[in-house]
Amino acid sequence: MAVTAVPGVASRPIPRLRRMEDERWLALALLAPTAVLLGLFIAYPFFEGVMLSLSSTRVGIEGQFVGLKNFEKIWSDSIFQTAVWNTFWYTAVTTVFKLGLGLWLAMLLNRHFRGKALVRAFILLPFIIPTVLSTFAWKWMFDPTFSVINWALFQIGFIDQRINWLGDPDLAMTSIIIVNVWRGVPFFAISLLAGLQTISPELQEAAAIDGARPWQRFWHVTWPLLLPVTMVVVLFSVIQTFADFQLVYVMTGGGPANATQLFATYAYQIGIGTGLLSEGAAISLAMFPFLFLIVVVQLLYIRRVETR
Amino acid sequence: MIEGAAWRRWVFYNIPLIVFVFVLLFPFYWMIITTFRPDGELYRPWNAANYQPFWTNNPTLDHIRYLFEETSFARWMVNTMFIAAVSTVISLVCGVLAGYALARLNFPFAGGLGTAIFVTYLVPQTLLFIPLAEIIRNFRLGDTPWSLILTYPTFLIPFCTWLMMGYFKAIPKELEECARIDGASRFRAMLCIILPVAVPGIMSAGIFAFTLSWNEFIYALVFLSSPEQKTVPVGVTSELIRGDVFFWGPLMAGALLGSIPVAVVYSFFVEHYVSGLTGSVKG
Amino acid sequence: MALVSIRNVNKVYDGGVHAVKNVNLEVRDKEFMVFVGPSGCGKTTTLRMVAGLESITSGDVAIGDTVVNELPPMDRDIAMVFQNYALYPHMSVFHNMAFGLKMRKFPKDEIDTRVREAAAILGIENLLDRKPRQLSGGQRQRVARGGAIVRPPQVFLFDEPLSNLDAKLRVQMRVELKKLHERLGTTAIYVTHDQVEAMTLGDRVVVMKDGVVQQVGEPLELYNTPANRFVAGFIGSPSMNFADVTLSGSNGALWAEAPGIRIGLPEPIARRINGRSGAKATMGIRPEDLHVARPGDPAELCFDAEVEVVEQLGSEILLDTRAGSSTFVASVEPTLRTRVHDRLKLAINPDRLHLFDAQTEAAI
Repeated sequence: MAVTAVPGVASRPIPRLRRMEDERWLALALLAPTAVLLGLFIAYPFFEGVMLSLSSTRVGIEGQFVGLKNFEKIWSDSIFQTAVWNTFWYTAVTTVFKLGLGLWLAMLLNRHFRGKALVRAFILLPFIIPTVLSTFAWKWMFDPTFSVINWALFQIGFIDQRINWLGDPDLAMTSIIIVNVWRGVPFFAISLLAGLQTISPELQEAAAIDGARPWQRFWHVTWPLLLPVTMVVVLFSVIQTFADFQLVYVMTGGGPANATQLFATYAYQIGIGTGLLSEGAAISLAMFPFLFLIVVVQLLYIRRVETR
Repeated sequence: MIEGAAWRRWVFYNIPLIVFVFVLLFPFYWMIITTFRPDGELYRPWNAANYQPFWTNNPTLDHIRYLFEETSFARWMVNTMFIAAVSTVISLVCGVLAGYALARLNFPFAGGLGTAIFVTYLVPQTLLFIPLAEIIRNFRLGDTPWSLILTYPTFLIPFCTWLMMGYFKAIPKELEECARIDGASRFRAMLCIILPVAVPGIMSAGIFAFTLSWNEFIYALVFLSSPEQKTVPVGVTSELIRGDVFFWGPLMAGALLGSIPVAVVYSFFVEHYVSGLTGSVKG
Repeated sequence: MALVSIRNVNKVYDGGVHAVKNVNLEVRDKEFMVFVGPSGCGKTTTLRMVAGLESITSGDVAIGDTVVNELPPMDRDIAMVFQNYALYPHMSVFHNMAFGLKMRKFPKDEIDTRVREAAAILGIENLLDRKPRQLSGGQRQRVARGGAIVRPPQVFLFDEPLSNLDAKLRVQMRVELKKLHERLGTTAIYVTHDQVEAMTLGDRVVVMKDGVVQQVGEPLELYNTPANRFVAGFIGSPSMNFADVTLSGSNGALWAEAPGIRIGLPEPIARRINGRSGAKATMGIRPEDLHVARPGDPAELCFDAEVEVVEQLGSEILLDTRAGSSTFVASVEPTLRTRVHDRLKLAINPDRLHLFDAQTEAAI
């Protein structure tokens, strides 16, 4: 009996579709656009930035390699030192207040009441609206001659002299802290609220029956269970605040007398304002070791909390 | 919840809540009222007797008119919308693809790449803006919307990727396996089966990306120079201030109108925004 | 003397939902009282009012001699075991059990002794250092109980503590709970939707529906003399058979009639009915009180039925039968040979026949 060979079976070429099935290729294809964009506009500039900071480039003038001279220069620059101190102070104080007030607000929202969804939606507005725009509103509210805050305090009788929120070196930092906290509290509140909602109310009730007063319930039950979410929120917030630019640029531009100068605003002033690109780059890059340290410490802490 | 008597509820819960809401929303009220207040009423010192903060009897559209006639505000709105929309689309596409790859595919370096993407989020724009300005100039993208459209994804993609990873991980494997038994290729299974299920995730990521784009400032400030190219935040900052003089009326008008698109988009998708925000924090 | 008095207690929620209506109960000292009923009947709400987790709209709750309406939970000297165990996930088993003592400022060594004693009673000494997520469902249940017994309270409150366990574990835990109660003798209030738990655990059982107490009594009392149709149908598994009947008198006897059935009512019931001929009623008979008719069974206690489903359980057979327009489940010996569509004659045990008013549903 003749056996006819089935045509084509033995010698079918491997179609391109098979390649897609190979997970590695698919993964590569899927990740390619991301890798290209991030590589081109983050990795490459970072590298360029390092090169820039090690040279003496100015706007329009090619620079030569100067090693760490820029860094030495800014290290002894008193304004830079002020900026470093300001940035740390700004970040630390705002984070503490954002956490405290955000937590309080989250606990206030963690119950049932009419209009809860509406309140929750409105509360996020400071975080949603572009920072620059809402900061202008605050700047107007702080204006030394026309401030509505001054008016209110005047009416209550707290003051009779004007408060120069933005012009007084001592007060300027306080003012930007206020605006930053105002903007960040909703983010903390909504995130912490989500965390609170994962804690079963039964635990609170059990603790109440066990004899824990409200404060004890918070400290022994709520806070430890909220810690993972808290740490992540704090991490994001710290990074943002440390590198903040918009808020200060609009409110005070870094003044008065560098009272509110931060890493980012100083880098802008030197790099773009004065055109000393290399030194500006050096100032920007100086952020990196501090940021890196803060992030690593927090990540380690998060890892420890999660596996406890 | 264990709350106790009614008076306790008011003192400990309702009143603080009201104070919070008031403080959080007051600046917007101030924005609105200033926009519609005539110059004469606007510039009254705080300790003058006729300071009348909370209401105006002569609302005016002068400031808004000034905004549209004397500045390129309308153009700025269009620019910003365009840039935000395109950046969001780019970031969503990259984020969805990358999120899928990291969540559902097995390949070496998966963990490493995930971490790498996370790390890029930690490199803030204020660190990169100076060298990036040079690069943008070298690519001849300076003063065009493309300088922003290509750079915004750098901080939008990591976020979109995580969000989508979270959503993809939650989709049961059976869905894909079923599709593949039915003959779909891996890619096809992803497109037809997974994507529709991940729509809420895509919406959350999309709206978050959209609001973040509107919020970006330093790149827009440094890469754009001519008034017609500017985005709303930059335009309002640079064109409404002449030297030391602030045109507060138009400024607040600009701030108000500039906030509206974002607020409107947000209001339609509040739930998605919130779940996006909380998803990124919990995941 | 730790008795719990619930006097005229009502609970109305914001929005007008009247969850608990005028409940009046006395739980005796050392008694194990079970609240049972379908979801939404108000049993958990009542328990939570006793615990202090819900406010009391009107009425009084007293523990011992003290009226506790205004006292917060921690001052009522109670212990509670929750449905989901409410174990603190970030604390070890030891600290979970010790938490209550710690909050009440017991000295450290006393805490240690008590926790270890309680752990020994429940057989969980080797789990003291583990975290809740490392424990099985049964182990978690025991830890929850452990937390309750370290500090002997006046009253134990249980909120459906066994619902999250699989069937076999539930039976085991039931036995453990009963032994624990016998050993400690503390007054207890136990809420469940499972009538088997109620029957096996309770010294007395309270059946609730829609916020109203339907009947209070010892388990057997509820089983044998249910006060109304709801209690009759709720207690006992498989549940009681009901048939809508019309009462008629003829030949000096009373009959309950429905299409396909004509049952002669035994004397005690007939006396109670007393001239309600023509009235509508509901007849109730439990599956275990029906048997396949034997030669000696009186004709007025038998009826014809067709078998629809045969459920072979091993220890018995449940026959789903149809007689006229009514259906009856009968529990018969496992050795009976029968098939679907067979026609049988079923007989009723006359002492076990129940009759309920068609309108009020009360037992006649």
